[in-house]
Amino acid sequence: MKARVTVTLKNGILDPQGKAIEGALKSLGVAGIASVRQGKVFDIELDGAADKAKAEAALKDAADKLLANTVIENYAIEVKG
Amino acid sequence: MKSAVLVFPGINRERDMARALKLVSGNDAAMVWHAETELPKGTDLVVVPGGFSYGDYLRCGAIAARAPVMDAVRKFAADGGLVLGVCNGFQILCESGLLPGVLMRNARLKFICRDVHLRVERNDTPFTRGYTAGQVIKVPVAHGEGNYEADEDTVKRLEGDGRVLYRYCSPDGEVGESHNINGAAASIAGIVSERGNVLGMMPHPENHVEDIMGCTDGRGLFAGLAQHFAKAA
Repeated sequence: MKARVTVTLKNGILDPQGKAIEGALKSLGVAGIASVRQGKVFDIELDGAADKAKAEAALKDAADKLLANTVIENYAIEVKG
Repeated sequence: MKSAVLVFPGINRERDMARALKLVSGNDAAMVWHAETELPKGTDLVVVPGGFSYGDYLRCGAIAARAPVMDAVRKFAADGGLVLGVCNGFQILCESGLLPGVLMRNARLKFICRDVHLRVERNDTPFTRGYTAGQVIKVPVAHGEGNYEADEDTVKRLEGDGRVLYRYCSPDGEVGESHNINGAAASIAGIVSERGNVLGMMPHPENHVEDIMGCTDGRGLFAGLAQHFAKAA
């Protein structure tokens, strides 16, 4: 079973890296960019039989314990079956 | 003073730290590998040194904060033991939940490696008793992620409880945005835990302890700790 965990900065948290990327895109002349926020994507393969609920619980555990710092970051879990 | 210096893969300031500790206390620090589950018996002070644990992968300090030895450190801190984290050590202490908040990328995105001035906000703590309140000290910083941030309530609580021990300032002690090298909330360079027994700071006092470095302003921090334990013993 495959899954993806996406970690993004919470609203209101300053993202200097996103700002720098935004500036670079604008200086490249890429049209229509209003703003950029940088995040992280984790593609995870899960062991064992396909139990979606169990997989989601394990991924939530992983995100809370390590993948995200919930002081500044949100995460979203997507199990692909 | 019996010190234990934690060693994680990618840490590179543990020897400077051990050297500073030996200099002020006369005792060799124990070097404790991250996979250990216990601290050496009789440890007075745990030090989490600077460097780049796990190559700063994921987030600075995130992986080291989950190492087996950190459970022992959490227990040690819960029992009131003194813990000092410098630079990456500060990041590790925040990630491990021993200190609130987080160290973000420097506001102007640059890695900053130079001497800075710090104002010692109070001297009635084991971590600052080697100085006078309001004293300005010069110590180096070397970090890309030292911009301390926490939610408004947390910063208010830190200020209200006098938990900001070190603040970035001008050479004459003035605090303001032009001296706030990395954009940290309230120019915070170092804070302590609620009980006051865990200090995290971005600057490196251990690098200004010997005359050969041209400045010994960092020595007061370690000398104060040694005094604290000498008195307790």
